[in-house]
Amino acid sequence: MSHQYYLSHLKELEAEAIFVIREVVAQFEKPALLFSGGKDSIVLAYLSRKAFAPARIPFPLVHIDTGHNFPETMEYRDWLVNELGVKLIVGSVQESIDKGRAKEETGYNASRNSLQTVTLLDTIEQHKFDAAMGGARRDEEKARAKERFFSHRDEFGQWDPKNQRPELWNLFNGRKHIGEHFRVFPISNWTEMDVWQYIHLENIPIPKLYYSHEREVIIRDGAILSTSPWLKLKPDEVPMKMTVRFRTCGDMPITGAVVSDADTVEKIIAEVAASRKTERGTRADDKRSETAMEDRKKSGYF
Amino acid sequence: MNSYLNNQLLRFTTAGSVDDGKSTLIGRLLYDSKSIFEDQLEAVEASSARKGFDYVDLSLLTDGLKSEREQGITIDVAYRYFATPKRKFIIADTPGHIQYTRNMVTGASTANLALILIDARKGLVEQTYRHSFIASLLKIPHIIVCVNKMDLVNYSEDVFDKIVEEYKAFSSKLEVSDIQFVPISALAGDNVVNRSENMAWYQGATLLHMLETAHIESDHNHIDSRFPVQYVIRPQSKEYHDFRGYAGRVAGGIFRPGDDVVVLPSGFQSKIKEIYTGSEVLEEAFAPMSVTITLQDEIDISRGDIIAKPNNHPQSEQDIDLMLCWMNQKPINLNTKFYVRHTTRDVKGVLKEIQYKLDINNLHRVENVDQLVMNDIARVKIRTAQPLFFDSYRKNRITGSVILVDEGTNETVAAGMIV
Repeated sequence: MSHQYYLSHLKELEAEAIFVIREVVAQFEKPALLFSGGKDSIVLAYLSRKAFAPARIPFPLVHIDTGHNFPETMEYRDWLVNELGVKLIVGSVQESIDKGRAKEETGYNASRNSLQTVTLLDTIEQHKFDAAMGGARRDEEKARAKERFFSHRDEFGQWDPKNQRPELWNLFNGRKHIGEHFRVFPISNWTEMDVWQYIHLENIPIPKLYYSHEREVIIRDGAILSTSPWLKLKPDEVPMKMTVRFRTCGDMPITGAVVSDADTVEKIIAEVAASRKTERGTRADDKRSETAMEDRKKSGYF
Repeated sequence: MNSYLNNQLLRFTTAGSVDDGKSTLIGRLLYDSKSIFEDQLEAVEASSARKGFDYVDLSLLTDGLKSEREQGITIDVAYRYFATPKRKFIIADTPGHIQYTRNMVTGASTANLALILIDARKGLVEQTYRHSFIASLLKIPHIIVCVNKMDLVNYSEDVFDKIVEEYKAFSSKLEVSDIQFVPISALAGDNVVNRSENMAWYQGATLLHMLETAHIESDHNHIDSRFPVQYVIRPQSKEYHDFRGYAGRVAGGIFRPGDDVVVLPSGFQSKIKEIYTGSEVLEEAFAPMSVTITLQDEIDISRGDIIAKPNNHPQSEQDIDLMLCWMNQKPINLNTKFYVRHTTRDVKGVLKEIQYKLDINNLHRVENVDQLVMNDIARVKIRTAQPLFFDSYRKNRITGSVILVDEGTNETVAAGMIV
């Protein structure tokens, strides 16, 4: 049998991500994986398992809990932690609010999204994490297109996009001064489609939210929002039942659903292929201004 | 629907001068391959209208950061993604101005292919030489020369032929074996994704077809076996009490269970017991796979060691010749110390000699230089505190490359290709 010595694009992306994850464990003293419950951080957790098998994943999962999560996300998180035999650390936004470290937004479109930054930075500092891995992808948003795999953060947790270290070949430079840390993005080069194809290829279980289901929702400014204790209804908004699924797993009050019958990963892949809107197009947090993501990233957001 | 399982990944870099339509070309590739989403297009349409354009400025699709949008220039490497049923593409979009050589080198370091843009009205300009030289220096195996703005020269075959001829004469000095040429108009869409009806004289492929069919299977070295050890896996569990797995990414050659191997620098020999990724046992491993290797004998191996074959060692030296691209605001002088990162090894080093600096516009050598400033490219000698185990960059882009890291600031200050 003649061999072809090349990898499929998914296998090449997998090899790259595993290399980056291993580089983090080799170069840093106290790494962690930022786990949101979304499909990207789930894929990251499964890649981490592959990277160190048959040993356990040698770093904890860190969940920044806004208190506004979908119940399905929490259920999945606890299942996964048990499945992988990995340690879970929870940073609570509610606690940050109670301690006066963060101030809750008010109004109909109030969100705890930007408050997460305070809790995230406090959690990193409290546990002395020197590298925090995340599932961010460069295709998600224009400010992320220039993000490095190894992204340096100063002692205040801030990102300086104009003064990033050049990143060449597979040579990642994680050297830093005391108090500084790195954010690392092993699946930088994956697209939404790659993530779904990989979930399919590897048979990775995902939260039920991603599959088509019936749910009580309202429609606000064109977005389909799930009803929840944290969504303040306007006088003219009437909840109704719709068959929907979610393309991302953010906070309940700000994550829009899409009308969908896709109840298997294959159907989701077909739907993503035909979709004419980006997945972040359903996120109210990115719509605040043209540079919403860039501004949040500079101050230390994921 | 599972055809994607056989898709390949092609990484390419784009380089062009300020106004030769690079951003428009990328926008065109994304747009015509239907990789642009409605909400992205709407945002760009709105921006175009705000700026008073009467057409949709596709270049706005690739504008990244706020400061860039304000200045209307690209200041850093940005990565873009698109896919066709045949391949997935990663574009390293790099700026073309002179002060950003460092960005072009960065984008080129991981690329299989370089797109060089030439404005049909202007022909070869200084930046054409510079970009092509960097592509050659970084050993990008494939180049596609896009002669753009053909719509502005009446789609003239003569103009195209003249540019091709001139480029071929110049490129005989470069070390790139695979060069293709295509006449396009990024703005009008001719020969980018769809065949042009305006250039019946052109019988060649469209740009996208070239990207989909470039022969990238031989871009990795599959001859000289190299496995830099990245991390040692020791499960510390009852079940795997004595287990020692060597984790890493194959940098060259092919490894199979039963192969005789040598570990450097110790020189100990053993045989490969098993190779796997996750729980999947593999019959062989080749670049760029990330795997874990176990050996039949218990020997002391740590990060930075390299596993090779007994009859095919990498070179081992402390005095190393490099082509160096200096990337930092702060210049470097002779005898400056730094860290050298090579594969998974990190050692101290010092700049011993600058043999010559290259004028990358004409490849002339400038001698008697004792300092390098940002964006300089020079042939230098460094000495490292411990030997490195390397191949020439020409032979292997992974085991032949280094970065230099400043001891004080920890910044990545230079990229080096081992001669």
